[in-house]
Amino acid sequence: MKLIYAAVTGLVFGIGIAISGMIDPAKVLNFFDVMGTWDPSLAFVMAGAVSITFVGYRLVWRRAAPLFTSTFQVPASTIIDRQLVLGSALFGVGWGIAGFCPGAAIPALGTGRWEVALFLVAVFGGFVLRRIATTRFMEKAA
Amino acid sequence: METAFTPFTSFGGGLLIGLAAVLLMLGLGRILGATGIMSGLVFSDASDEMAWRLAMVAGMVLAPGAIFVATGAMPALTIPVSPAMIVIGGVIVGIGASLGSGCTSGHGVCGLSRLSLRSIVAVPTFMATAALTVFVARHVFGV
Repeated sequence: MKLIYAAVTGLVFGIGIAISGMIDPAKVLNFFDVMGTWDPSLAFVMAGAVSITFVGYRLVWRRAAPLFTSTFQVPASTIIDRQLVLGSALFGVGWGIAGFCPGAAIPALGTGRWEVALFLVAVFGGFVLRRIATTRFMEKAA
Repeated sequence: METAFTPFTSFGGGLLIGLAAVLLMLGLGRILGATGIMSGLVFSDASDEMAWRLAMVAGMVLAPGAIFVATGAMPALTIPVSPAMIVIGGVIVGIGASLGSGCTSGHGVCGLSRLSLRSIVAVPTFMATAALTVFVARHVFGV
């Protein structure tokens, strides 16, 4: 039941990504191209998503526990460190180069376009590189 | 390349993205972050954690097919950059999103909705560097 629930949640997310236009790198890159072929549509995606989530989260948190697990696992950290700022800055650079972010690329994989698979493999490559770099850094520090 | 301004469908799609984030919190008590879900597929050691992530990814991947069945057409998807840029951008996205602990869904949708201080820093940062990157790529290098 929990897995069916997760799959339906993924489907709702994917349909949202597709209908909103987030799935289309041409539209995403145009959102950032204010000096060129600007398309402000994605601001409306964010507005729609945040408005529902802002209200919905607060309603859900009135419950003692989620439906299928015992606790809500919400990140509690408020630490603004170099990793957060550098990582976010890099993420934006990559997003601006490729036009895909992970949340858009996973549903986009369902269109069968090979470039999407290439992007996702590259993202995994980036995950691995970051883990190797962090491990090296920890070893040096220790 | 011009794309059509679509405020209504974009807002409507956004509502569904938000609904999915709320459903995941209601059901599993988790933040809907695509980076966390993806990296959890490979680097998580708990099989139970793996299973719901796999189910969710399967649902996400089925979405364009569901739209095809409902409307008779796949969602529009134009890739205006070269395969080399897809790879370079993808690697940088992977490094950045894992170092910064989140991307558009985790920090953007969920983090801003929680009023998370880290996300309030992360989102303007990646929006600014994305805009700067697109400006440099298109108007300085002309790609």
